[in-house]
Amino acid sequence: MELPNLDYIKEISGGNEDFEKKFLSIIQNEFPKEKNEYLENLEREDLEESAKIVHKIKHKLGILGLQQGYRLAIKYEEDLKYGNTNLKSDFHEVLHTVEEFILKIA
Amino acid sequence: MRSIIVDDEASARAIVKELCKKIPGMEVRAEFPNALEAMKFLKDNQVDLIFLDIHMPKLTGFDLIETVQNPPKIVLTTSDKNFAIEAYEYPFIVDYLVKPITTERFEKCMRRLENAFGQDGLGSKSNKSVQDEDEDLYINIDRRLIKLKFNDILLIEAKGDYIEIQTLGKRYRVHSTLKKIKEKLPDSSFFQIHRSFIINFTQIVDIQDNSVLIERNVIPISRSNRPELMQRLNLL
Repeated sequence: MELPNLDYIKEISGGNEDFEKKFLSIIQNEFPKEKNEYLENLEREDLEESAKIVHKIKHKLGILGLQQGYRLAIKYEEDLKYGNTNLKSDFHEVLHTVEEFILKIA
Repeated sequence: MRSIIVDDEASARAIVKELCKKIPGMEVRAEFPNALEAMKFLKDNQVDLIFLDIHMPKLTGFDLIETVQNPPKIVLTTSDKNFAIEAYEYPFIVDYLVKPITTERFEKCMRRLENAFGQDGLGSKSNKSVQDEDEDLYINIDRRLIKLKFNDILLIEAKGDYIEIQTLGKRYRVHSTLKKIKEKLPDSSFFQIHRSFIINFTQIVDIQDNSVLIERNVIPISRSNRPELMQRLNLL
């Protein structure tokens, strides 16, 4: 299974460790909020709003080097707009992977 | 260059800000999590560039674009490639960056900005458009972006809410205006010859009375535009 990495963040930072720390703390703060917002919308069956949050999460998957997860999120976001939740469990697996990674680097 | 960043994601703002730090002459004056706050700032402050996200709650990046008077140059930042078509409808949009933005792509964007702001680099500004430096134009036909080389365009005719672009052997009908496309075309070879026509004057076959012949098209010259056209031609 694909695992998150910090390659992109290191590329952007160019070795600036202060930025890396600050940026990771932003992700640690932003990701759980977005995940909860997504789950709440999903529970309310507001799939249009869910798609909007998946759109934001998609960016974070790219940042964390999850190429397959990123592609999955693109498809899932589009599917949600048409009321299709078939990719839900696959996407939730990716969310779980990111959550574990974020806890590990905390 | 004075810039602002507008994006509802703090992580996205942080990345753009960090990338900007590496660019000499680039100053990030402020960052905003929504379009409304940016609009308020822009009422009292002038900037040269906006890094603008499209997908934001309540007001989108396009809403901001439509609201700001005399918009500065804009670089769109988005996770959605589908808006590229719409983006190029606006002459002041210099580039379109898909997130996550790589250093290499950002540097390419800065080179485009340098061209847009003149040869003195990002520390100076001019109204020169980046399109003056390009050799081609993308048009939106049935949700496809089709590349047209400036040299291949013969003429453009206004037809109601549409324009018709004629190249050698092809015609393209695009939902746009002559005014918009004029801003995209280089002055060095294009000229509005009539209220309804822009021509590539390097493609003129001959001029007779008040009309020009371009390939097999006879295009009227309006009386007021004729003197400027004659000035631009290399007359013996």
